[in-house]
Amino acid sequence: MSSWYLLTLVGKDRPGIVAGVTTALYKMGANLGEASMVQLGGNFTIMVLAQYKGTEKELSEFILPVAKKFDLRLHIDSVLEPKHQTSLPDVRITVYGADRSGIVAEATTALANAGLNILNLESDVGGGPNSIYILIIEGTADKGIDALQKVLDDLARDKKLETRLSPIDTLIG
Amino acid sequence: MAILDILVYPDPRLKQISDPVTKFDSALKDFIRDLNETMLAGPGCVGIAAPQVGYFDRIVIVDLSSKPKNPNHGKLVLVNPVIVEASGSNIGREGCLSVPDYTGNIARAKKITLTAQDEEGNEHSYQMKGFEARVVQHEIDHLDGLLFLDRLVCRRSELFPRQNYAE
Repeated sequence: MSSWYLLTLVGKDRPGIVAGVTTALYKMGANLGEASMVQLGGNFTIMVLAQYKGTEKELSEFILPVAKKFDLRLHIDSVLEPKHQTSLPDVRITVYGADRSGIVAEATTALANAGLNILNLESDVGGGPNSIYILIIEGTADKGIDALQKVLDDLARDKKLETRLSPIDTLIG
Repeated sequence: MAILDILVYPDPRLKQISDPVTKFDSALKDFIRDLNETMLAGPGCVGIAAPQVGYFDRIVIVDLSSKPKNPNHGKLVLVNPVIVEASGSNIGREGCLSVPDYTGNIARAKKITLTAQDEEGNEHSYQMKGFEARVVQHEIDHLDGLLFLDRLVCRRSELFPRQNYAE
Protein backbone atom coordinates (compact mmCIF):
# COMPACT_ATOMS: atom_id res chain seq x y z
CA MET A 1 0.00 0.00 0.00
CA SER A 2 1.36 3.42 -0.83
CA SER A 3 1.27 6.40 1.50
CA TRP A 4 1.28 10.13 0.96
CA TYR A 5 4.11 12.36 2.09
CA LEU A 6 4.61 16.11 2.09
CA LEU A 7 8.18 16.94 1.17
CA THR A 8 9.66 20.34 1.92
CA LEU A 9 12.96 21.33 0.31
CA VAL A 10 14.49 24.76 0.83
CA GLY A 11 17.79 26.29 -0.24
CA LYS A 12 19.53 29.01 -2.18
CA ASP A 13 18.08 29.21 -5.68
CA ARG A 14 20.01 27.87 -8.66
CA PRO A 15 19.04 26.32 -12.00
CA GLY A 16 18.10 22.64 -12.08
CA ILE A 17 16.58 22.18 -8.62
CA VAL A 18 13.06 21.27 -9.80
CA ALA A 19 14.30 18.93 -12.52
CA GLY A 20 16.76 17.26 -10.12
CA VAL A 21 14.28 16.72 -7.29
CA THR A 22 11.33 15.60 -9.41
CA THR A 23 13.49 13.25 -11.50
CA ALA A 24 14.78 11.60 -8.32
CA LEU A 25 11.19 11.17 -7.09
CA TYR A 26 10.07 9.79 -10.44
CA LYS A 27 12.94 7.31 -10.62
CA MET A 28 12.10 5.88 -7.21
CA GLY A 29 8.49 5.31 -8.25
CA ALA A 30 6.87 8.23 -6.44
CA ASN A 31 3.74 9.84 -7.90
CA LEU A 32 3.50 13.61 -7.40
CA GLY A 33 0.40 15.45 -6.24
CA GLU A 34 -0.14 19.18 -5.81
CA ALA A 35 2.98 21.27 -5.46
CA SER A 36 4.08 24.78 -4.66
CA MET A 37 7.53 25.60 -6.02
CA VAL A 38 8.46 29.23 -5.74
CA GLN A 39 11.35 31.59 -5.26
CA LEU A 40 11.18 33.61 -2.05
CA GLY A 41 13.88 36.23 -1.94
CA GLY A 42 16.89 34.40 -3.32
CA ASN A 43 15.76 31.08 -1.89
CA PHE A 44 13.92 28.35 -3.70
CA THR A 45 11.18 26.55 -1.83
CA ILE A 46 9.50 23.31 -2.79
CA MET A 47 6.51 21.83 -1.04
CA VAL A 48 5.21 18.81 -2.88
CA LEU A 49 2.81 15.98 -2.12
CA ALA A 50 4.09 12.59 -3.22
CA GLN A 51 2.61 9.13 -3.12
CA TYR A 52 5.21 6.46 -2.41
CA LYS A 53 5.14 2.75 -1.64
CA GLY A 54 8.02 2.74 0.85
CA THR A 55 8.55 4.18 4.30
CA GLU A 56 9.42 7.73 5.24
CA LYS A 57 12.96 6.54 6.00
CA GLU A 58 13.38 4.99 2.53
CA LEU A 59 11.99 8.14 0.89
CA SER A 60 14.41 10.25 2.86
CA GLU A 61 17.39 8.04 1.93
CA PHE A 62 16.53 8.31 -1.77
CA ILE A 63 16.05 12.08 -1.78
CA LEU A 64 18.93 13.11 0.51
CA PRO A 65 21.64 12.74 -2.19
CA VAL A 66 19.84 15.12 -4.56
CA ALA A 67 19.03 17.49 -1.69
CA LYS A 68 22.76 17.52 -0.80
CA LYS A 69 23.73 18.06 -4.43
CA PHE A 70 21.68 21.27 -4.55
CA ASP A 71 22.35 22.32 -0.90
CA LEU A 72 18.70 21.93 0.02
CA ARG A 73 17.32 21.20 3.47
CA LEU A 74 14.84 18.33 3.39
CA HIS A 75 11.87 17.76 5.64
CA ILE A 76 9.28 14.99 5.22
CA ASP A 77 5.85 14.68 6.83
CA SER A 78 3.54 11.72 6.52
CA VAL A 79 0.08 13.02 5.51
CA LEU A 80 -3.41 11.73 4.73
CA GLU A 81 -4.42 11.16 1.12
CA PRO A 82 -4.92 14.67 -0.28
CA LYS A 83 -8.18 15.88 -1.78
CA HIS A 84 -8.40 18.39 -4.62
CA GLN A 85 -9.75 21.77 -3.50
CA THR A 86 -11.73 20.61 -0.50
CA SER A 87 -13.04 24.15 -0.21
CA LEU A 88 -13.38 26.80 -2.89
CA PRO A 89 -12.45 30.37 -1.94
CA ASP A 90 -15.38 32.76 -2.07
CA VAL A 91 -13.48 35.95 -1.34
CA ARG A 92 -10.24 37.60 -2.41
CA ILE A 93 -8.67 40.32 -0.29
CA THR A 94 -5.83 42.68 -1.16
CA VAL A 95 -4.12 44.73 1.53
CA TYR A 96 -1.20 47.05 0.83
CA GLY A 97 0.62 49.95 2.35
CA ALA A 98 4.00 51.44 3.21
CA ASP A 99 6.10 48.56 4.48
CA ARG A 100 6.42 48.19 8.26
CA SER A 101 6.33 45.35 10.77
CA GLY A 102 2.92 44.03 11.77
CA ILE A 103 0.84 44.41 8.60
CA VAL A 104 0.25 40.67 8.14
CA ALA A 105 -0.38 40.06 11.83
CA GLU A 106 -2.85 42.94 12.13
CA ALA A 107 -4.73 42.17 8.96
CA THR A 108 -5.00 38.41 9.41
CA THR A 109 -5.95 38.67 13.10
CA ALA A 110 -8.78 41.07 12.31
CA LEU A 111 -9.92 38.93 9.38
CA ALA A 112 -9.75 35.70 11.39
CA ASN A 113 -11.95 37.28 14.08
CA ALA A 114 -14.43 38.24 11.34
CA GLY A 115 -14.67 34.64 10.12
CA LEU A 116 -12.08 34.41 7.34
CA ASN A 117 -10.57 31.00 6.74
CA ILE A 118 -7.42 31.57 4.67
CA LEU A 119 -6.83 29.11 1.82
CA ASN A 120 -4.01 30.95 0.11
CA LEU A 121 -1.83 33.90 1.08
CA GLU A 122 0.92 35.49 -0.94
CA SER A 123 2.84 38.61 -0.19
CA ASP A 124 5.46 40.72 -1.81
CA VAL A 125 7.71 43.60 -0.82
CA GLY A 126 8.95 46.02 -3.42
CA GLY A 127 9.16 49.58 -4.55
CA GLY A 128 12.68 50.69 -3.70
CA PRO A 129 13.68 52.75 -0.63
CA ASN A 130 10.06 53.52 0.31
CA SER A 131 8.98 49.94 -0.03
CA ILE A 132 5.39 48.74 -0.33
CA TYR A 133 4.06 45.61 1.34
CA ILE A 134 1.39 43.78 -0.66
CA LEU A 135 -0.74 40.99 0.69
CA ILE A 136 -3.12 38.90 -1.42
CA ILE A 137 -5.38 36.52 0.44
CA GLU A 138 -8.03 34.08 -0.75
CA GLY A 139 -10.35 32.26 1.58
CA THR A 140 -13.84 31.48 2.69
CA ALA A 141 -15.95 34.05 4.52
CA ASP A 142 -17.49 31.87 7.19
CA LYS A 143 -19.42 34.76 8.80
CA GLY A 144 -20.32 36.44 5.51
CA ILE A 145 -18.64 39.08 3.40
CA ASP A 146 -20.08 42.11 5.24
CA ALA A 147 -18.21 41.13 8.42
CA LEU A 148 -14.93 41.04 6.48
CA GLN A 149 -15.66 44.34 4.73
CA LYS A 150 -16.21 46.00 8.09
CA VAL A 151 -12.81 44.95 9.51
CA LEU A 152 -11.10 45.93 6.25
CA ASP A 153 -12.67 49.41 6.49
CA ASP A 154 -11.40 49.62 10.09
CA LEU A 155 -7.90 48.55 9.00
CA ALA A 156 -7.88 51.13 6.22
CA ARG A 157 -8.88 53.89 8.64
CA ASP A 158 -6.86 52.93 11.73
CA LYS A 159 -3.73 51.37 10.23
CA LYS A 160 -3.30 53.45 7.06
CA LEU A 161 -3.60 50.45 4.75
CA GLU A 162 -5.31 50.19 1.38
CA THR A 163 -7.76 47.32 1.43
CA ARG A 164 -9.95 45.77 -1.19
CA LEU A 165 -12.36 42.86 -1.02
CA SER A 166 -13.75 41.13 -4.11
CA PRO A 167 -16.20 38.25 -3.93
CA ILE A 168 -15.12 35.28 -6.02
CA ASP A 169 -18.09 34.09 -8.01
CA THR A 170 -16.90 30.85 -9.58
CA LEU A 171 -18.45 30.12 -12.95
CA ILE A 172 -19.37 26.49 -13.52
CA GLY A 173 -20.19 25.74 -17.12
CA MET B 1 -36.09 13.76 -21.68
CA ALA B 2 -32.75 12.57 -20.43
CA ILE B 3 -29.68 13.67 -18.56
CA LEU B 4 -26.80 13.10 -20.96
CA ASP B 5 -23.33 11.87 -20.04
CA ILE B 6 -20.74 14.64 -19.70
CA LEU B 7 -17.40 14.17 -21.45
CA VAL B 8 -14.60 14.72 -18.99
CA TYR B 9 -11.04 15.85 -19.77
CA PRO B 10 -8.74 14.18 -20.99
CA ASP B 11 -11.40 12.87 -23.40
CA PRO B 12 -9.91 13.98 -26.77
CA ARG B 13 -13.37 14.73 -28.16
CA LEU B 14 -13.46 17.89 -26.02
CA LYS B 15 -10.77 19.31 -28.32
CA GLN B 16 -12.93 18.80 -31.41
CA ILE B 17 -14.33 21.82 -33.30
CA SER B 18 -18.12 21.78 -33.63
CA ASP B 19 -20.08 22.29 -36.87
CA PRO B 20 -22.70 24.97 -37.54
CA VAL B 21 -26.34 23.94 -37.10
CA THR B 22 -28.19 23.93 -40.42
CA LYS B 23 -31.40 22.02 -39.65
CA PHE B 24 -33.86 23.58 -37.21
CA ASP B 25 -36.10 20.56 -36.74
CA SER B 26 -37.75 18.65 -33.92
CA ALA B 27 -34.59 16.59 -33.33
CA LEU B 28 -32.76 19.84 -32.54
CA LYS B 29 -35.47 20.85 -30.04
CA ASP B 30 -35.37 17.42 -28.39
CA PHE B 31 -31.62 17.65 -28.04
CA ILE B 32 -31.78 21.16 -26.59
CA ARG B 33 -34.30 19.93 -24.00
CA ASP B 34 -31.91 17.14 -22.95
CA LEU B 35 -28.94 19.51 -22.93
CA ASN B 36 -30.87 21.89 -20.67
CA GLU B 37 -31.80 19.08 -18.32
CA THR B 38 -28.15 18.00 -18.18
CA MET B 39 -27.10 21.57 -17.32
CA LEU B 40 -29.71 21.82 -14.55
CA ALA B 41 -28.42 18.53 -13.08
CA GLY B 42 -24.94 20.04 -12.62
CA PRO B 43 -24.66 21.71 -9.19
CA GLY B 44 -24.33 25.49 -9.57
CA CYS B 45 -24.04 25.12 -13.32
CA VAL B 46 -24.86 28.26 -15.35
CA GLY B 47 -23.99 27.09 -18.85
CA ILE B 48 -23.37 24.11 -21.08
CA ALA B 49 -22.16 23.50 -24.63
CA ALA B 50 -23.25 20.66 -26.93
CA PRO B 51 -19.75 19.15 -27.29
CA GLN B 52 -19.65 18.58 -23.52
CA VAL B 53 -22.18 15.80 -24.11
CA GLY B 54 -20.48 14.51 -27.27
CA TYR B 55 -22.72 16.37 -29.74
CA PHE B 56 -20.54 18.43 -32.05
CA ASP B 57 -22.93 21.11 -33.24
CA ARG B 58 -22.66 24.80 -32.38
CA ILE B 59 -25.24 24.98 -29.59
CA VAL B 60 -24.86 26.41 -26.09
CA ILE B 61 -27.26 27.16 -23.28
CA VAL B 62 -26.58 29.79 -20.63
CA ASP B 63 -28.86 30.36 -17.69
CA LEU B 64 -28.05 33.01 -15.10
CA SER B 65 -31.57 33.23 -13.73
CA SER B 66 -30.14 31.95 -10.42
CA LYS B 67 -27.72 34.94 -10.30
CA PRO B 68 -30.01 37.98 -10.01
CA LYS B 69 -27.13 40.17 -8.73
CA ASN B 70 -25.47 39.97 -12.15
CA PRO B 71 -27.31 41.71 -15.00
CA ASN B 72 -28.35 38.96 -17.43
CA HIS B 73 -30.88 37.79 -20.00
CA GLY B 74 -32.05 34.74 -18.01
CA LYS B 75 -32.05 31.45 -19.86
CA LEU B 76 -30.77 31.70 -23.46
CA VAL B 77 -30.46 28.99 -26.09
CA LEU B 78 -27.70 30.14 -28.47
CA VAL B 79 -27.41 28.33 -31.79
CA ASN B 80 -24.45 29.22 -34.03
CA PRO B 81 -23.34 31.99 -31.64
CA VAL B 82 -20.73 34.48 -32.85
CA ILE B 83 -19.03 37.19 -30.81
CA VAL B 84 -18.96 40.13 -33.18
CA GLU B 85 -17.45 42.65 -30.80
CA ALA B 86 -15.52 42.35 -27.56
CA SER B 87 -14.01 44.99 -25.32
CA GLY B 88 -12.26 45.33 -21.97
CA SER B 89 -10.79 42.54 -19.95
CA ASN B 90 -11.18 41.21 -16.46
CA ILE B 91 -10.08 38.15 -14.56
CA GLY B 92 -12.57 35.80 -12.96
CA ARG B 93 -12.73 32.31 -11.54
CA GLU B 94 -13.98 29.50 -13.77
CA GLY B 95 -14.73 25.85 -13.35
CA CYS B 96 -16.23 23.37 -15.77
CA LEU B 97 -18.42 20.26 -15.76
CA SER B 98 -15.83 18.67 -18.05
CA VAL B 99 -12.92 19.47 -15.73
CA PRO B 100 -14.08 18.30 -12.29
CA ASP B 101 -12.22 19.46 -9.16
CA TYR B 102 -10.37 22.39 -10.74
CA THR B 103 -11.01 26.08 -11.06
CA GLY B 104 -8.79 28.73 -12.57
CA ASN B 105 -8.34 32.46 -13.01
CA ILE B 106 -9.17 33.35 -16.58
CA ALA B 107 -9.06 36.68 -18.43
CA ARG B 108 -12.16 37.36 -20.56
CA ALA B 109 -13.59 40.35 -22.39
CA LYS B 110 -15.75 42.51 -20.12
CA LYS B 111 -18.35 43.39 -22.73
CA ILE B 112 -19.41 41.49 -25.81
CA THR B 113 -21.88 41.84 -28.64
CA LEU B 114 -23.19 38.49 -29.69
CA THR B 115 -25.29 37.22 -32.57
CA ALA B 116 -26.97 33.85 -32.37
CA GLN B 117 -30.00 31.96 -33.60
CA ASP B 118 -32.68 30.52 -31.35
CA GLU B 119 -33.97 26.97 -31.66
CA GLU B 120 -36.39 28.08 -34.41
CA GLY B 121 -33.54 29.60 -36.44
CA ASN B 122 -34.45 33.25 -35.77
CA GLU B 123 -31.50 35.64 -35.59
CA HIS B 124 -30.90 37.64 -32.40
CA SER B 125 -28.31 40.09 -31.19
CA TYR B 126 -27.33 40.51 -27.53
CA GLN B 127 -25.22 42.97 -25.56
CA MET B 128 -23.68 41.35 -22.50
CA LYS B 129 -21.24 42.31 -19.80
CA GLY B 130 -19.54 40.89 -16.73
CA PHE B 131 -20.44 37.42 -15.53
CA GLU B 132 -22.91 36.69 -18.32
CA ALA B 133 -20.35 37.70 -20.98
CA ARG B 134 -17.84 35.43 -19.25
CA VAL B 135 -20.20 32.44 -19.28
CA VAL B 136 -20.92 32.89 -22.99
CA GLN B 137 -17.19 33.16 -23.81
CA HIS B 138 -16.50 30.01 -21.77
CA GLU B 139 -19.25 28.06 -23.59
CA ILE B 140 -18.31 29.28 -27.08
CA ASP B 141 -14.75 28.13 -26.35
CA HIS B 142 -16.14 24.58 -26.05
CA LEU B 143 -17.47 24.86 -29.63
CA ASP B 144 -13.91 25.60 -30.74
CA GLY B 145 -12.35 22.77 -28.75
CA LEU B 146 -10.99 25.01 -26.00
CA LEU B 147 -11.22 24.45 -22.25
CA PHE B 148 -10.57 27.03 -19.54
CA LEU B 149 -7.35 25.08 -18.94
CA ASP B 150 -6.15 26.45 -22.30
CA ARG B 151 -6.52 29.99 -20.99
CA LEU B 152 -5.12 29.67 -17.47
CA VAL B 153 -3.19 32.70 -16.37
CA CYS B 154 -1.53 31.50 -13.21
CA ARG B 155 -2.47 29.45 -10.21
CA ARG B 156 -0.75 32.02 -8.03
CA SER B 157 -1.44 35.71 -8.05
CA GLU B 158 -1.09 38.05 -10.97
CA LEU B 159 1.48 40.27 -9.27
CA PHE B 160 5.06 39.98 -10.46
CA PRO B 161 8.17 41.96 -9.61
CA ARG B 162 9.24 44.24 -12.44
CA GLN B 163 12.63 43.76 -14.06
CA ASN B 164 15.11 46.61 -13.83
CA TYR B 165 15.80 47.40 -17.44
CA ALA B 166 18.33 50.19 -17.08
CA GLU B 167 20.73 50.85 -14.23
